[in-house]
Amino acid sequence: MDIVLSQLFNGLSYGSILLLVAVGLAFSFGLMNVINMAHGEFIMVGAYTAYVLEQVFTGALGPAGASIYFVAAIPVAFVIAGIMGMILERTLIRRLYGRPLDTLLATWGVSLLLQQGARSLFGAQNVQVTVPNWLRGGIDVSGQFTMPYSRLFILVLVTACVAGVYYYIGKTAAGRRMRAVMQNREVANALGVDAPRVDMLTFGLASGLAGIAGCALALLGSVGPTLGTKWIVDAFLVVILGGIGQLVGTIVAALSIGWGNVILEFFSTAALGKVLVFLIVIAFLQFRPAGIVSRRGR
Amino acid sequence: MEQTIGTQRGLAPTPASRLIGLAQGLLPVVVLAVVLGVIAPMVLSDFRLSLLGKFMCFAMIAIGLDLIWGYTGMLSLGHGVWFGLGGYALAMHMKIVAAQELGDPIPDFMTWSGIHALPFFWKPFVSLPVSLAAVVLVPGILAFCFGLLVFRSRVKGAYFSIITQALALSLSIMIVGKQEWTGGTNGLTSYTSLFGMNLMSPATQHTLYYATVIALLVIYLAAKWIVSSPFGRVMIAIRDDEDRVRFTGYNVGVVKAIVFAISAMFAGVAGALFATQVGIISPADIAIVPSIEFVLLVAVGGRGTLLGPIIGALLVGGARSALSENFPASWQFFYGALFVGAVLLFPAGLVGVVQQQWKRWRGKSSKIATPASMAVSTEEV
Repeated sequence: MDIVLSQLFNGLSYGSILLLVAVGLAFSFGLMNVINMAHGEFIMVGAYTAYVLEQVFTGALGPAGASIYFVAAIPVAFVIAGIMGMILERTLIRRLYGRPLDTLLATWGVSLLLQQGARSLFGAQNVQVTVPNWLRGGIDVSGQFTMPYSRLFILVLVTACVAGVYYYIGKTAAGRRMRAVMQNREVANALGVDAPRVDMLTFGLASGLAGIAGCALALLGSVGPTLGTKWIVDAFLVVILGGIGQLVGTIVAALSIGWGNVILEFFSTAALGKVLVFLIVIAFLQFRPAGIVSRRGR
Repeated sequence: MEQTIGTQRGLAPTPASRLIGLAQGLLPVVVLAVVLGVIAPMVLSDFRLSLLGKFMCFAMIAIGLDLIWGYTGMLSLGHGVWFGLGGYALAMHMKIVAAQELGDPIPDFMTWSGIHALPFFWKPFVSLPVSLAAVVLVPGILAFCFGLLVFRSRVKGAYFSIITQALALSLSIMIVGKQEWTGGTNGLTSYTSLFGMNLMSPATQHTLYYATVIALLVIYLAAKWIVSSPFGRVMIAIRDDEDRVRFTGYNVGVVKAIVFAISAMFAGVAGALFATQVGIISPADIAIVPSIEFVLLVAVGGRGTLLGPIIGALLVGGARSALSENFPASWQFFYGALFVGAVLLFPAGLVGVVQQQWKRWRGKSSKIATPASMAVSTEEV
């Protein structure tokens, strides 16, 4: 029983980080048909932001800094990754509009550049971020099963981010403009929505969320230049499975893939689990090619 | 070289013009054969020559990728899978031979992992003819089945790219995970002989080099024959407007699956030649990163032309080894910039740019397909 609970908890934790990575991807894909292979590198940017802030805070405040830096790291990572995303959109992606497969190649090049940039700045060795003392330890549910505070904190963080995205898309004027462009770019443009600006902001939001995911990952393990690459394929699978530009579909897909991975790994091996998840996604697409939640025709 | 539907319409070819066309078509083959088969072995050191052989393997896979991307409009980011299946098929045979020469019944890494009998799926690879057939047939059949499944549910555009990428990731994870059966991260290496020839000897390496040249030329001619056949017209039509082809009565899914399978077979041959020449095949050669780099070769050389992938593979390969030798710490900057620059500045690739200039110079009024419309149909994803 304890093992089952702890597997379920691990799956939830994995799925929630995946959700944070994929939600931005789903919207930049849904809005602009852009396949951003550099999305994973914004995770890396967020994680290194946490590392740098830890150095700065402990340098300025001593040991006290090590416990509060993380509070600052989350918004700073969001802003830095978001600004980098907007720069990428302005300088590169805008020029490749309507050529989705070309953006895929170009952004792959950008991801190589960013990885090498991180390697030049921080060295090829992975760095370790100190977990703040208030996130160490965990709740003992029973003898075998502990819920670490860091993972619980990540769950809360993801919930807050997703709620924020939900509010942004559903309730604000900017979100309404975004939905309008997504549904019909030409008509939205004709009615006075500044579509290029919407593109830029959405891309910034997506990249910023990846930055927050990077902060979360910094709590769980070491930070290296290729931190983002292993998340990107899973995140794209989530986008495909959930349906493009659909928040509910993305949530369901991220948690299913998270749990699917953990459960299948438990019954087979880590390698086989990943492959089985992939096969299930392909099989599922045979029945619903547009994903779990598909947009109605227009 | 590029034969779009538009330029073929009009006058029926006379025997004389057909002869000229044939000569024009064979000219690149002759030039390639002379440069790669005669000049290169004379001027290059053994080390450089083996590098060139490696790049030619990449050129074969690039031609296959071009068939499905440049001509049929589907970008596969998982061609490392087919490359790997071809490579592993032959490497497994060579591994068994190497073990037999030492008097062991099974390859060394299996003994280390505590396995004492050959796993069932290794058994067919004891036989050389079966292994050689598997190099082509395993990638071909699996790619056809995979393609049929995927294309039947009309997965296309970026979705297809991502699914193939996930396929590459799955296979590499499987190989790493099942170390006792596959050699794990280290891959399959230290094999000694093939066809009873010692793989270490320079003479064998030269033979393999010439075999690679011949294989490349055969694959080039086969691809040329395919794209200029009626089947090739259907491929191009699918690229330009898939729905219209479907409404005309073609089974688009099957056509795409066949092209995908042909392309996978080319990749399988490339993988087998790669494994024998380089002496190792490992998950690092077939995972996501190499798979995407194969696409770069096509993008740089020029998609939708058959000479483009070859030129792209040789140039990018050469540039890559020159950069990594001279700037070991920062060569990835150049490599990343190459991706961005190739897409942003030369979307038609080198051969495409030369063709455009040539046509402009000759003052031909025939319209050249724009790179964007050549690459993908832009209406849906």
